[in-house]
Amino acid sequence: MKNSVFSNCGMCSVRCPIRVEVEDGRVKWIEGNPYVPGMEGSLCARGSAGIALLYDSERLQYPMIRTGERGSGQFKRVSWEEAFKYVADKVKDIQAKYGKRTVALLDRGAGLFGEMQRLIVRGMGSPNYFSHDDFCRKNVDLAYQTLLGYGRPEVGYDFANTKHMVFYGRNAIEALGVREVNNIVKALENGADLTYLDVRVSKTATKATRFYQIRPGTDYAFNLALIHVILKENLYDKDFVDKFFDGTVELENFVKNCTPEWAEKETGIPAYEIVNLAKALSAAKPRVILYPGWFSARYMDAFYFARSVIILNALLGSIEQKGGLILAKTPKEVGAKGLNSLLEKIPAPEEKRVEAEAGKGFLYDGAGHILHLYRAIKKGEPYPVKALFVVRYDPFAGITLKDIKEVLDGLDLLVAIDTNYSATAWYADVILPESTYLERDDMIGLQRGAKPAFIMRRQAIKPIYDTKGKWEITKGLLHAYGVGQYMPFETIEELWNYQLEGTGVKIEDFDKSGQVALCKDAKMYSRDELKFKTPSGKVEILSSKMAEREVPFFYEHQTPAKPNIEEGEFRLVFGRMAVHTHVQTHNNRYLNEIVPENELWINDKAAAKLGIKNGDWVEVSSGDFSGKIRAKVTPFIHPEAVFMYRGFENEVPWKTRSFGKGLNEGRLLSGAFDKMAHGSHTGALFENFVRVKKA
Amino acid sequence: MSIYYIYQDHDRCIGCYACEVHCKTKNELPVGPRLCRIIETDIKLIGGLPRQRFVFMPCFHCEDPWCVKACPTGAMQKRSKDGIVFVEQSLCVGCKSCITACPWGVPQWNPETGKVVKCDYCKDRVDQGLKPACVTKCTTKALKFVSADEASKLKRERFVKDTYASLY
Repeated sequence: MKNSVFSNCGMCSVRCPIRVEVEDGRVKWIEGNPYVPGMEGSLCARGSAGIALLYDSERLQYPMIRTGERGSGQFKRVSWEEAFKYVADKVKDIQAKYGKRTVALLDRGAGLFGEMQRLIVRGMGSPNYFSHDDFCRKNVDLAYQTLLGYGRPEVGYDFANTKHMVFYGRNAIEALGVREVNNIVKALENGADLTYLDVRVSKTATKATRFYQIRPGTDYAFNLALIHVILKENLYDKDFVDKFFDGTVELENFVKNCTPEWAEKETGIPAYEIVNLAKALSAAKPRVILYPGWFSARYMDAFYFARSVIILNALLGSIEQKGGLILAKTPKEVGAKGLNSLLEKIPAPEEKRVEAEAGKGFLYDGAGHILHLYRAIKKGEPYPVKALFVVRYDPFAGITLKDIKEVLDGLDLLVAIDTNYSATAWYADVILPESTYLERDDMIGLQRGAKPAFIMRRQAIKPIYDTKGKWEITKGLLHAYGVGQYMPFETIEELWNYQLEGTGVKIEDFDKSGQVALCKDAKMYSRDELKFKTPSGKVEILSSKMAEREVPFFYEHQTPAKPNIEEGEFRLVFGRMAVHTHVQTHNNRYLNEIVPENELWINDKAAAKLGIKNGDWVEVSSGDFSGKIRAKVTPFIHPEAVFMYRGFENEVPWKTRSFGKGLNEGRLLSGAFDKMAHGSHTGALFENFVRVKKA
Repeated sequence: MSIYYIYQDHDRCIGCYACEVHCKTKNELPVGPRLCRIIETDIKLIGGLPRQRFVFMPCFHCEDPWCVKACPTGAMQKRSKDGIVFVEQSLCVGCKSCITACPWGVPQWNPETGKVVKCDYCKDRVDQGLKPACVTKCTTKALKFVSADEASKLKRERFVKDTYASLY
């Protein structure tokens, strides 16, 4: 028997729409949803390799409770009932001692279906919900919120119709989403410019029409000079600026001394190139996109850098503009009713999240700051967090061994909910295995955009092992804890019907293509209709949110420290490739076959001084950790930096294909927990020097 | 040569290796045999900009295939109706003569079956009016399944577009 299911990929967090073919209960074929523009059958390597994940015995198969020491890998198999009861009882014990707020939940981020796990922590009466965003996109999120009043997921990019796009180390060709990359390729085919700044030649650089190998840590200086030139030479969109800017004079004043000549000294990019780029962007305006980044937890100035990118877009009038940035519309804005929330049915806890007691001087929003969470776990400040749920995120794969130990020492309970044998699961007290995306149903999600849609992830086949979907895990935990009323649904259909009630949309409406659009045409505001969601309705250079949190409006660029290259000291930068998703896919047999290990990119001249040749084994060290990796000696990286693709050498012995292969950049991030970015308190993961020598 | 050809648009190709995995999942292959490959060239500066090519290497389905001639059992065959070169698994004895014979290293060793396996343009899909897996699901639609004469047409058009644009 053959059938076809529309669903959403789960191999990375882009969650591309897919169509899955099942034959006699076996998944035979996965392709991009043919009904979705930009997908039309297309899928990336990871998307196809979902089949290899599904039929892999080297993934979590049943609930487990730890029997040996943490990190010993000794667990016993238990039933789901036993696991739920064990966790619920433990949580209650710990809460009896430290209060409700001592429970925290850390996930990968809200995403399309992410409301579900938030029920767990709120249902248990704690405000402490955290996402990994502080090590990822949070600076961009906060920058958008302060300037436009929109969050990052509420801003889309119309690459297909753009005339000029600028990426700052955003390696869109490798860290790819199928629709996005197709739109970028389409723009290039139509003659658009792609300006790319990076410390190395990524694959995106090989498609760029302008490429600048910038000095690491100076992107912000580059932007301040761009703003300087655009204001000074009247290259901005006067109509947009007059209508919407609040604080132009202050901005002009702030960038007064940020001349292209000054920026040349900081960035290594000739002053005339900066002037030329400003003119080219102005000529292409308003159809320009300066992309503020996805992973933005790079440098201490990352929040102010993200603001500078958005300010540039606003100066060039590219916001709510074809070929520019497009604001998402709520269901209400397009005349539809949104999904009913599950979270809102649970009373909000009265106690405050850990960082709410940490005073002012930084911003925060819906999800807490991870570095504050770790501080609370390690030091009990401002109060102890003793129980932690980690959901489909693997923090232990990306931090130092010393930090892992200290976090574990602070916790009385660590519960990992994941599909993978993650490093976090390896150290956990209880493992609750989630079914893969091909074996589970998820709650309905809202796909944001100018044409919002409801989207559904549907089970293609029944779970192969004793695993559960996230909604079932949430339900089991809440029932065992004694608050089953927050998840009263017996079946996923009951849950979907609750979400859809009053929207006029029915479950069967998803049968045709897996999604239901809430309006016929994309809704765009004209400049006369446009009003931002900031308190003033304007682009707030002088942000009221920042004023209220006592965060300075401007931050001066600081010249980054220079590593001692002669002594083998370099700034460590890392990134993604098209074949792997962070730390999740390296054990996938098809993806592992293509790229089983990483290399250390090192500048040829710097390497020559250290006697390192291409292909040599080198030792990289940071703090008290050192590891070995092969050198890739190349002129196409800045002499101050070394680069590696991330997520390799997972130390979990369960994963035999990836175990011990390559080097894990997370183990080299010594001191990362002590560096909080200015104004945002996110991580600053590229503010880190390592030592390299021939092994 | 078969009547078909897989044309690779280098401007669209992003070197993401999806084609390789589309092929492996469709053919349910173990680790080892890779029926098509992306081979990366070194990065070069061209006109001051870094450039790199990701060359797609499937089977070329020769008109007069070395592998078919080298095969002692008749397992390696060329389909008369469209020239697709394929291995009849039941006849393959795993002697590897075809691997020796092919100038491009196309025939692959399947360690699970002890036989040779190779790109057959997904002939079961072609027979249903579909395209090979690598083409159907190519991330950026850089691969096109076309006739050989269409391929030369595309190539000429691309040449003119790339080369003469600066003259206007």
